[in-house]
Amino acid sequence: MQIPVLAELVSEGKSPEILFWVGCAGSFDNRAQKVTRAFCKILHEAGISYAILGNEENCTGDAARRAGNEFVFQMAALQNIQVLEGYGIQKIVTACPHCFNTLKNDYPALGGNYEVLHHTQLIQQLFLQGRLKLKEGGPFKGKRITYHDSCYLGRVNGVYEIPRAILAELDADLVEMKRSKSNGLCCGAGGAQMFKEDEPGDKRINMERTEEALSTHAHVIAANCPFCITMLQDGIKSKEKQDDILVKDLAELVAERL
Amino acid sequence: MLQPLLFVVVVAVAGLMAFRSFRRIYQNIHLGKPEVITGDVAIRRKNVLLVAFGQKKMFKQWLPAVLHLCIYVAFVITQIELVEIFIDGFTGNHRIFAPYLGGFYTFVISFIEVLSVLAFVATITFLARRNLLKIPRFTKSELDGWPRLDANLILFGEIILITGIFCMNGADVVLQKIRPDHYPDTGFLAISGWLGPVLFGGLSEGTLVAVERFGWWLHLLTVLAFLNYLPYSKHLHIMLAFPNVYFSRLKPRGEMDNMPVIMNEVKSMMGLVEESENATEGGEMSEFGAKDVFDLSWKTVMDAYTCTECGRCTEACPANITGKKLSPRKIMMDIRDRAEEIGQHIEVNHTPFINPEKGGDVLTVENYADGKSLFDYISREEIHACTTCNACVEACPVMINPVVPILELRRYEILTEAAGPQEWVPMFTSVENSGAVWQMPVARDAWTQEA
Ligand code: SF4
Ligand code: SF4
Repeated sequence: MQIPVLAELVSEGKSPEILFWVGCAGSFDNRAQKVTRAFCKILHEAGISYAILGNEENCTGDAARRAGNEFVFQMAALQNIQVLEGYGIQKIVTACPHCFNTLKNDYPALGGNYEVLHHTQLIQQLFLQGRLKLKEGGPFKGKRITYHDSCYLGRVNGVYEIPRAILAELDADLVEMKRSKSNGLCCGAGGAQMFKEDEPGDKRINMERTEEALSTHAHVIAANCPFCITMLQDGIKSKEKQDDILVKDLAELVAERL
Repeated sequence: MLQPLLFVVVVAVAGLMAFRSFRRIYQNIHLGKPEVITGDVAIRRKNVLLVAFGQKKMFKQWLPAVLHLCIYVAFVITQIELVEIFIDGFTGNHRIFAPYLGGFYTFVISFIEVLSVLAFVATITFLARRNLLKIPRFTKSELDGWPRLDANLILFGEIILITGIFCMNGADVVLQKIRPDHYPDTGFLAISGWLGPVLFGGLSEGTLVAVERFGWWLHLLTVLAFLNYLPYSKHLHIMLAFPNVYFSRLKPRGEMDNMPVIMNEVKSMMGLVEESENATEGGEMSEFGAKDVFDLSWKTVMDAYTCTECGRCTEACPANITGKKLSPRKIMMDIRDRAEEIGQHIEVNHTPFINPEKGGDVLTVENYADGKSLFDYISREEIHACTTCNACVEACPVMINPVVPILELRRYEILTEAAGPQEWVPMFTSVENSGAVWQMPVARDAWTQEA
């Protein structure tokens, strides 16, 4: 699979329909890279014309901003906006809800206005347009799947039903956790928590969420955020339940059935 | 003649006292920074209708929602009777509306009585929930002391109010039979119609008149006392919920307020704007974020005064659930307590708190310095624990946003004090120097090789 890079396409005189914003986790984190590749596979299968920025991409600055470091955020953001302006980008898709939120909600005040989609939104559109054809069967057909709402896709941006609609396409047997949708429980990574230890308390937030997920007796936890995946995976590892339950991004579940 | 006079004096004194208290609240809210609230008026009106009048967000938990609704509706409808009490009080009449409204009067008063009974049941249940059942959000430490007493006092006040109504109406019903000239026929009242004769039947006329007047004054005085009590209580929400919902943020939840000063600074560093464009603004600005009430938007201070201390935010907060120190309710209560403290000092012109550098003879918002700040109320540990998950924002029935002040306090810590969790420093450095949250030895597109 050849991943199209924007600078190269432009030099060939082509302009893709949509920019795939990979994000720091999607670029560097081993686990998240698998999601990135799975999503690329989906884009290829659906015949979408897309490109990545490659080395011209920069951190969106979400974590720095939420930690309180506006200075570092502004530097990252303005740099990105310059690059995006340079290419005249209008439409962006990303597999990270933090990138999604920052590009969509934080950048306009700095002069960056784009149509921003989370990858689950694009996948659902592709299903609706009939551009994705799933193979029969697959490893998760009829298996119990629970869905973890990330805060930044769910409560912060109000997207609850689209990921569930994708699970319906997969014929999975969705079992909801006790706290879901607008009452969903955070994985513990947002607001720059990912980059430090939890404050002292009775337990770590990801353990609380992992226990809740395990109590559904699902075979798979479907997620939509690289940080949620890390947090839940860590929780499952410390519970030694790796053999019982898998943490998968929705893009991975879809890609496995293509 | 004596009664109208007494009435006028009591109402005037209570009214004046209440006015002063409410002016104080208004001034304290405006200790906060000016902020122009923008956004669609139609959406704001709709929010007021659904969330404030309609109690929409309460219905996430049906039991407290229904009980609260009983007290709320009873409160609103009882105002009709209060209008009559005021007219009667000033004019020395008795039930001035009764002869004119006839059957409709019977209906309205009966409706109030039925709602009062429901409110009574709700009040008793609330007292039990607060004091007997161990409901986590009512047992947190931030409620120790005044907040817990406040919550109970108001419920007792509610019982006194209802007692007043039934003394008044019950004795009245019996008196109507004895002295129809002075006690106009109200028709058969839903509760007092039978409860009155049961309780007061057979009493002498003098006693009945005394009971009726006792109920009438008890009701009036409780209402006036309540009015004066509100500004010291979480029950201020019965008023502030409306403007607070109206002025609540319409921006996307995920949007953090931009800091134009820093944006321009960075733009000029990057050569995106002319140096001079930036020079006038922020040249000597050295403080960013919020360390005190003065640095928060007035809207955030209004949030703090609107907080009902219900703890729905804290109950939903992942940090609090897992035993961390953060409680968004406490953050809001702390902001209010700090605003009260500053407001009191300014009110009495406590001159030792005048910042000598700024000078002046009168303590004002501009020269205020008592050596304290919000950080004396809110610990670093609390603000560091927030995941910005917005569960608190979602949960709040009166559209309070605790994340906004938490993030402003973080900004102060990082930008002004250059403090904050040490573990964040490598992340900042990486974002700044290598454009990623982690320091990575490989190129950003290295993953494409294996794709
Ligand atoms: S946003 Fe912060 S304070 Fe609010 S519920 Fe989440 S962690 Fe708690
Ligand atoms: S902020 Fe809202 S949810 Fe939290 S205690 Fe106050 S009123 Fe209740």
